[in-house]
Amino acid sequence: MAKIFAVTIILIAIGSAIPIVMHTWQLPQDISTHGPLIDEQYADTMAEAGISFLASQILLAFFIWKFSNVKPGTKTKNFPGGAMGLVIAAFLLVGTEVLALGVFGAKAWASVYFTPPAANAMPVQVQAGQFAFYFRYPGPDGKFGPLHPDQINEANANFFGLDTTHDPDSKDDIVTAEMAIPVNREIHLLMHSKDLGHSFFVPELRVQQDFVPGLDLSVHFTATKVGKYEIVCTQLCGLGHYNMKAYLEVMSPEDFDNWIKQQAALQ
Amino acid sequence: MHDMSAHAVHHGAPTSFIRKHVFSLDHKVIGKQYYALALVAVVWGMVLSWIMRIHLGWGNYAIPGLHLLSSNGAPGNVMTPEYYLQLMTMHGTIMVFFVLTTAPFAAFGNFFLPIQVGAEDMPFPHFNMMSFWVTFVAFLVLVSSFFVGEGPTLGGWTQYAPLSAVGSVAGPGQGLGVVLWAASIAIFCVGQLLGSLNFITTTLDMRTRGMSLMRLPLSAWAWFITSVMGLTAFAVLMPACILLILDHVAGTSFFVPSNLVINGQLLPHTGGSTLLWQHLFWFFGHPEVYIAIVPGMGIVSHVLVTNMRKPLLSHRVMIYSMGALAVLSYMVYGHHMFVSGMNPFSSLAFSFPTLVITIPSTIIVLIWLGSLYGAKLRINTASLFALAFISMFISGGVSGFFLAQPSIDIMLHATYFVVGHFHLVMAVAAIFGIFSGTYFWFPKMAGRMMNENLGKLHFWLSFVGTYCIFMPFHYLGIAGNVRRYQAFTDDYLIPLIPVHKFITVAAILTGLAQFIFIYNLIHSHFKGAPATDNPWEATSLEWSTATPPPHNNFGDKMPVVYHDPYQYSVEGASTEFVMQTSPEQYANPHEEK
Repeated sequence: MAKIFAVTIILIAIGSAIPIVMHTWQLPQDISTHGPLIDEQYADTMAEAGISFLASQILLAFFIWKFSNVKPGTKTKNFPGGAMGLVIAAFLLVGTEVLALGVFGAKAWASVYFTPPAANAMPVQVQAGQFAFYFRYPGPDGKFGPLHPDQINEANANFFGLDTTHDPDSKDDIVTAEMAIPVNREIHLLMHSKDLGHSFFVPELRVQQDFVPGLDLSVHFTATKVGKYEIVCTQLCGLGHYNMKAYLEVMSPEDFDNWIKQQAALQ
Repeated sequence: MHDMSAHAVHHGAPTSFIRKHVFSLDHKVIGKQYYALALVAVVWGMVLSWIMRIHLGWGNYAIPGLHLLSSNGAPGNVMTPEYYLQLMTMHGTIMVFFVLTTAPFAAFGNFFLPIQVGAEDMPFPHFNMMSFWVTFVAFLVLVSSFFVGEGPTLGGWTQYAPLSAVGSVAGPGQGLGVVLWAASIAIFCVGQLLGSLNFITTTLDMRTRGMSLMRLPLSAWAWFITSVMGLTAFAVLMPACILLILDHVAGTSFFVPSNLVINGQLLPHTGGSTLLWQHLFWFFGHPEVYIAIVPGMGIVSHVLVTNMRKPLLSHRVMIYSMGALAVLSYMVYGHHMFVSGMNPFSSLAFSFPTLVITIPSTIIVLIWLGSLYGAKLRINTASLFALAFISMFISGGVSGFFLAQPSIDIMLHATYFVVGHFHLVMAVAAIFGIFSGTYFWFPKMAGRMMNENLGKLHFWLSFVGTYCIFMPFHYLGIAGNVRRYQAFTDDYLIPLIPVHKFITVAAILTGLAQFIFIYNLIHSHFKGAPATDNPWEATSLEWSTATPPPHNNFGDKMPVVYHDPYQYSVEGASTEFVMQTSPEQYANPHEEK
């Protein structure tokens, strides 16, 4: 039975690795400028984790095969080098591995979070609420009008609580249910939650960031490929969580200019 | 080392049924009560997962009797979105608190810690009894939420604010359901604090003559380390739950900021912090992962050593590594919050200890593997589950490399990758530890042997089935499959539904196999072959007393300990193994230098 067990462990280990090696399921395509660093970090980690996984499972299986049900009278043996050798190996191998992952991973993280957006980045505000995203563009004046939560009225399509009568900055704000951005232009996304915790996740854009009610956050990114992508919520926000989504359309600059004009006309 | 006469626990053997089996002060009965509670809870939690899995694979399938579990959750026995989330929340809460905390720690620890240290009982038997009954009340309070108001809370076992703190305006079950949830968990914390206090004092003050700390078996060490974690972690979760209840019933705003508009209503709350809940919860939550898994490590080490017929390469290194996990577990909790809106510098600060924690974990795995080298391994159900635990722990552990890094977490956070990771590394591994402990200690607990053939059948179905369920979760996560969705309507998720169907079938079959275990457990309890005092030829104190142990554990004479716990295959000794209580002296004992 020990030998069957050992073989089963190896079959499971190899079977688990096959879909990874064959790329049966993989990260969605990357359409961001910061994504390659993340993807490289992911690939390095996959290689290191994969080797650790296969090596330890195979070793476990091998020892089970070799050292079970041995003949009576056989003497037990100690692993050459003893515990200290293994402790040193763990510190050296895993210590170096995690240090490398940590340092290079920090670089990838820093590229996303520690660099301020460029001065000419295009601001877009996204508001999350049960169970929809709404987007706001500042209009020709380049300024967002202030929010008045008490004036939110979905029946009147005032999703953000704008007071266009009294706030001049709000007058030309453009509110949409779909997000469109020009390709190869940095976007400064200002995140606001109307009600609860939500999240903004576009796998292709390599962006996932929670909305924190009471705390407006921002992220910035540049999309490099024209196309239509899904924005999904990843923070449990109630019964409609699974269906909270919007589309992100990455357009050519000309298409985007036309789109924003059309949206402005609809306000 | 302590002289037991100074600390003797005096409570005579009970005579009435109630004092003997219900409100018992005997740690062994309390241990069995915890085990029974965990068994009821795990079946309940597993059935909930079946319902969820069927729904994820076949969306509108009517599950007969589903409406009975909820007042309004399943009209026509078809799942509603909120009902899915309610079942999911209950599945997580029941499993984490009432199974993974109670069975490996409270159940086995209660039964065996006093015996392994050589004590008559725990120092505070009344606290111990209260600890179980308080936990039982906590379970009733949690389950009651199925039957009142709008049913249980839908906020997930993590109960992130403000969803959990604003009341029923946020969704069904978010009013009374959350209050019952938080009350249940706060009560549960009281039970665990009482238990932890007893475990710590038992280990430090109740050891018999000759039982130095280094002579404690690894299982005893694991329970001791876990109880220290329990004392500090549950002491934080309890006040957090009380604050959450106050936000509901007293109009406070600990976790709710100003200006929230929900369902068209501007909420009256002002000034709270939503991230405060996450910090409090995960300060408990990450040590909780180790509260679930460290006892398993101790149990598995204990079972393996007995079946390898040789001690681990180093007893001391194993203890220090488990201790290191416990200490580091408080410094890593922020890795649950990389994309939460916490300062991104904090994410890096939490990332490094998270990566560092892989070092003691690796040492533990290498010590197990290195100790297998040159062993005389006996294959039985207990040792099969112990070896499978190692395999699961490795599989679940390596995915931690990904999640420890904030940059990769951007892609994998809140996906099924996380679900696969924690199910393997803390849930299934811990459950395999429980199985290993059960097959190993059942003879001592019940006085009868479990059926080995049924045990092995149970093992094979569980081992292969578990991998079929949880490995594909990682693939789904890599493809971006978000967790906590009751249906997959996004364009990129629809192609993944066949994988969910495969997982559902595997989950149902593997779940059904668990009834072989329950049958074996119950049948062997009454009809199993009588067990001898030491059926595994083991050395620690539980095997030197009668089977099952008498009320005061060791009869008239308290044991005296002469050796380190694992004297197997000792050269120069008269027998293949030397009990801790054997006064025999020999040339080359396995002693820690």
